[in-house]
Amino acid sequence: MTAPTPTADHVRAHVRAFILHSCLLGAAPEELLDDTPLVSGGIVDSLATVQLVAELEERYGIAIEPHEAGVAFMDTVRDIVALVMGKL
Amino acid sequence: MDPLALPDLLARSARRCPDFPAIEEPPAWSISYRELDLLSDRVRDRLRAIGLARGDRVAILARKSIDAVAALLGAMKAGAASVPIDPHAPAWRAAAILVGCSPRVAVAERALATAVREELATLGAPQPRWLELAGTGGGMALRARLDQEDGIAPAPSAPATVGLEDVAYILHTSGSTGVSKGVVLSHCNILSFVHWCSMAFDPRSDDRFSSHAPLHFDLSVLDLYLPLAHGATVVLIGPEASREPVGLAALIADRRITVWYSAPTALAMLAEFGHLERHEFALRLVLFAGEVFPVKHLRALVERIPGPRFFNLYGPTETNVCTAFEIPVPVPPERTAPYPIGQVCPHLRGRIIDSDGRDVPDGTEGELVISGPNVMQGYWNMPDATARAFLADADGTRWYRTGDVVRREAPSADLVFLGRRDRMVKRRGHRIELGDVEAGLYRHPRVREAAVLARADQDAGIRLRAFLSFIDGPRPTIVEMKSFAAGALPAAMIPDEFVFLDTLPKSPTDKIDYLKLRES
Repeated sequence: MTAPTPTADHVRAHVRAFILHSCLLGAAPEELLDDTPLVSGGIVDSLATVQLVAELEERYGIAIEPHEAGVAFMDTVRDIVALVMGKL
Repeated sequence: MDPLALPDLLARSARRCPDFPAIEEPPAWSISYRELDLLSDRVRDRLRAIGLARGDRVAILARKSIDAVAALLGAMKAGAASVPIDPHAPAWRAAAILVGCSPRVAVAERALATAVREELATLGAPQPRWLELAGTGGGMALRARLDQEDGIAPAPSAPATVGLEDVAYILHTSGSTGVSKGVVLSHCNILSFVHWCSMAFDPRSDDRFSSHAPLHFDLSVLDLYLPLAHGATVVLIGPEASREPVGLAALIADRRITVWYSAPTALAMLAEFGHLERHEFALRLVLFAGEVFPVKHLRALVERIPGPRFFNLYGPTETNVCTAFEIPVPVPPERTAPYPIGQVCPHLRGRIIDSDGRDVPDGTEGELVISGPNVMQGYWNMPDATARAFLADADGTRWYRTGDVVRREAPSADLVFLGRRDRMVKRRGHRIELGDVEAGLYRHPRVREAAVLARADQDAGIRLRAFLSFIDGPRPTIVEMKSFAAGALPAAMIPDEFVFLDTLPKSPTDKIDYLKLRES
């Protein structure tokens, strides 16, 4: 049996949980908006980006290319959800 | 004649200006030089009558007051070492100090003594002879107690021999490990320090000194003995007044204080909340020591109190002040780097060494080690800790290891303080000084206090946790602070976690209490 295809809401919740736990410990969830600048805003650093990419690849069985793992494709929660959904 | 012991400073001023006020204790009390000399003589005589001998210890457990200072001086006149104990410390801690120092006598406020007596009884430890005071204030409780003792059996006048190498003080440091160490200071240690202060600050008999630090803290040595040496007046400031900046500013102005000395925190609070613009100050010297003064608060202070000279003094309790730097005013608006700690005082010698004890070349950082007459004799009853604290040269010179990392660009350049040896961490291959992270966070306009702790995390290596408090008004969000930090600091120095507090916990000496933060 295969797992049901995740919805954008699932991915969004997962990405938010990762960022809040790994990069914004102590922050109220409502502080993190869909368009909060993550990489350009210094919230998600390169180490956290690598960890997030690894987690998304494993969880959703997708491949994120090195050129995608950065500010151009992963600067906001909205960007990251779109990147993942486009590969499912 | 050169003074041989600290009480000689008092006796000399008592001869020169007997009726001049030695100590003022707001709101209502004061004591002249003659009266202070006589009162501390009476303490000496009573202690000698009790059986105190040269080299014994006397614990002083009393709130800052004329009573407490007279007891300190009286104990020294009797040839004993004074052991001032934090009157606000929990009873177990005071008891631990008594067990460690085994004082023959404890002069204590009754309200504080009871719990400590019980604690000693629980431990099965010997009790000192308790000389209990009904309270403190103006020396009246101390006089009453001496009168009462005299009524039972008079104490004959009994001057004692006290020498330069006798122990004057044992001051207990909080100790980063929680174990308190007793720093043993001789009369020579303190007199040499007072002598340097006299050269550096040119005190006058019409100076009025603040006594802001608690009596168990090393800053109090300057507060008490520099004015006594010059027939000046010291104004005692209690902990309640210290914590209330509006009232404190008024007190400094109304009491016409000319020489202020404290940790930077108190001055930062004054600059920010003290409404300094309401007052005219008589200050001619503002001295601070104990931690790095964040430049933005220093700038605000210098702007709001124009006129005095400002000095950054540096030194651990073990050496007292060993370097000094005069702040050039005004502080330029663009400056964010903390000021240097300056030059090693001329009566001391300093070296900067690497981990093998070799001198480092100029421009290279290393640990500051100090030798000279200010340097403590050792830690009370801790031969191993004492041995670890010193390096010995082939010629027998003892160098105290400050544990502080400094750098100097040229032989005559000012020393720059870089941080504690134990506040340097390696993170993602970078060597990080936690104080630099704090300095970066202080650049945020709303940050009032910043403290950063590192902790080892098995997944993430070293994680940095920043504790912040803010000036009144809207607080930034954690997202905003993290983004700000990313702009203000290199990647490896951005804190992983932010904790916002109304105010950061302080030690009794008004420094940020890192131990308490670590427990939170």
